[in-house]
Amino acid sequence: MGVAGFILRRSAAAIVVLVGLSILIFVVARIIPGDPARMALGSVATPEQVEKLRNRLHLDESLPIQYWEFIKGLARGDLGESLVTRRSVSLDLIDTFPATLELVLAAGLIMVLVGVPLGIIAARYRDTAVDNVARLFALLGVVTPSFVWAVFLMLLLSFVLGLLPVAGRLSEAFDPPPMVSGMYTLDALIAGQWRAFWDAIQHLILPALALALAGMGQAARLTRTNMAEVYGRQYIEMARAFAFREHEIALKYALRPAMIPTLTILGLDFAVMLGNAFLVEAVFVWPGMAKYGVFAILRKDLNAIVGTVLVIGAMFLIVNIIVDMLTAYINPQIRLGRRVA
Amino acid sequence: MALLETTDLHVRFELFEGMSHVLNGVNLKVERGERVAVVGESGCGKSLTARAVLGLLRHTNAQIDGSVRFDGSELLSLSERGWRSIRGRRIGMIFQDPTAALNPTFTVGDQLFKVIIRGGRARTKRRAREIAREALRHTAIADPDRVLNAYPFQLSGGLAQRVLITMALVNEPELVLADEPGSALDVTVQEQTLRLMRALGDELGAAVLIITHNLGVVREFAQRVYVMYAGSIVEEADVDTLFHAPRHPYTRALLEAVPRLTGEMLPQPIEGVVPDYTAAPVGCRFHPRCPHAQPACQEPPPVVDLGGGHRVACVLPEAAP
Ligand SMILES: Nc1ncnc2c1ncn2[C@@H]1O[C@H](COP(=O)(O)OP(=O)(O)O)[C@@H](O)[C@H]1O
Ligand SMILES: [Mg+2]
Repeated sequence: MGVAGFILRRSAAAIVVLVGLSILIFVVARIIPGDPARMALGSVATPEQVEKLRNRLHLDESLPIQYWEFIKGLARGDLGESLVTRRSVSLDLIDTFPATLELVLAAGLIMVLVGVPLGIIAARYRDTAVDNVARLFALLGVVTPSFVWAVFLMLLLSFVLGLLPVAGRLSEAFDPPPMVSGMYTLDALIAGQWRAFWDAIQHLILPALALALAGMGQAARLTRTNMAEVYGRQYIEMARAFAFREHEIALKYALRPAMIPTLTILGLDFAVMLGNAFLVEAVFVWPGMAKYGVFAILRKDLNAIVGTVLVIGAMFLIVNIIVDMLTAYINPQIRLGRRVA
Repeated sequence: MALLETTDLHVRFELFEGMSHVLNGVNLKVERGERVAVVGESGCGKSLTARAVLGLLRHTNAQIDGSVRFDGSELLSLSERGWRSIRGRRIGMIFQDPTAALNPTFTVGDQLFKVIIRGGRARTKRRAREIAREALRHTAIADPDRVLNAYPFQLSGGLAQRVLITMALVNEPELVLADEPGSALDVTVQEQTLRLMRALGDELGAAVLIITHNLGVVREFAQRVYVMYAGSIVEEADVDTLFHAPRHPYTRALLEAVPRLTGEMLPQPIEGVVPDYTAAPVGCRFHPRCPHAQPACQEPPPVVDLGGGHRVACVLPEAAP
């Protein structure tokens, strides 16, 4: 099975899941109580005005017809109009999603680049002081919720030490860089605006760290546990019996088998981050999808609810496919099936 | 001077249940080019002896006492650096289970090249590949490249076993430690394995210390044999003497437990089990299972030299068979 075939099959499956998800959220959004048109227009609107809006939203049609209208719009890249912002939901998402994505990607990067090495070191120096410190640190990360970290880090690093900006994505002094990805750090890099890039990074560190700590602790603990298990295997003793170097055993011959079970869980942790991002965004006034999504639900902004859920669902599925590809890459048994010789 | 000599080798583990004293003063010797067997029931400490010899216990919580001399120099006090010139170069090891001994996430080639490079036979992967090909052909592997490019789980047990043999021998060591080679495989493959090891060992002039619970393997392969029970050597002799004039009650019990094709005697399994090492019997460790046990067995048994390299650790070396 080639890589292209693998991606194709998984993408097809992902699309089926997305269609299912869209139907589900479409129906759920419509059966929660409350009249969206009335909520959007407020108590001063006349019944005629409300009725007009209900018509425009096809709210008096049957659910299948409403869904069909939705799909027709979706084919044009149109997710409908938001009742709160009175703008196209697609445009709203393009404005808010990149900020959330930037935050989650940065947190994911910290989770993997700090958490996994911490686990490797703990496993390599098992039952020493290094190990104990790493484990304590990891445990703290796991048991403390992201928003607590958010408040704590903000107080410590911004208010007390004054090292990092308190909130937002960019200082007043800078204009957002020309939009390419919508992620300020990346776009500033692309535009060659180094000072804006540095400013964006400084704004990103705190929320990303707050979001990452739980997953990072988890990654460290998992890596340590799985590495320790692999260290007990016969092939590690065999490597030593043939004078392989200890650091090479740790970073190559033990790490790869240990990462197979670790990766799957890291993928799930990453998905959990998407949820936690909402809380962290609230603390740091990060203009991501959090505020948009919360308002959408509170105001029963149908199209915005469906749009937000679909974007998160798609992201979840993409992460899943990437994790599966990485797993297949490091685990030859998945790639090749069993026994040929 | 013997090639390998362990003297009064003790290995203890501190466990939650107490101190587990497994190896209880193991003395054994292997001369250059000699094929020696260590035989005993499962759990007697045979594998542990091999691991102690190669210094692999330093990664566990084992406490080791005594001496292991290789070609005259002490191994137990060797630094990690010092081990580099021994492991894989002068002493090769064949692990018991070929499927567990190879890393499942790397190709056979990756692992074998590393063995060759760490063994100082090659600097580059390219050169290592040439050596590996040659060595695999030598172990009767017709298509070395296919094996080198395969992952361990793609190989049959027999092929994996030959890969392990290749790894142990490719750097032309002076001593090979073979832990139950082929025992995880069927009888025919096991026999092939022994024949192959014997041929290659002879060709290199390497000494082989083979570990086994199977007396058939001893008879087929070894020149001299040590019988091990519960962490002690109870009898040593050349193979003929051991089979025809065994003296230790444990050796005799082992021989009687072997199923035979001829004769009316049914095999007699040995009563009881290998002791718990946190509370091992004092004196002769076999006495609780011994049909000839007597009060004197509570003391450490004397080692009686019967001449011709035949030694037995028993108070009753003359006991009637
Ligand atoms: N790392 C260890 N910690 C504690 N006990 C061990 C360890 N390694 C081996 N042992 C014990 O040593 C004894 C002998 O094991 P082993 O040498 O594998 O026996 P054999 O190879 O003769 O079957 C067993 O009881 C085993 O539990
Ligand atoms: Mg064993």
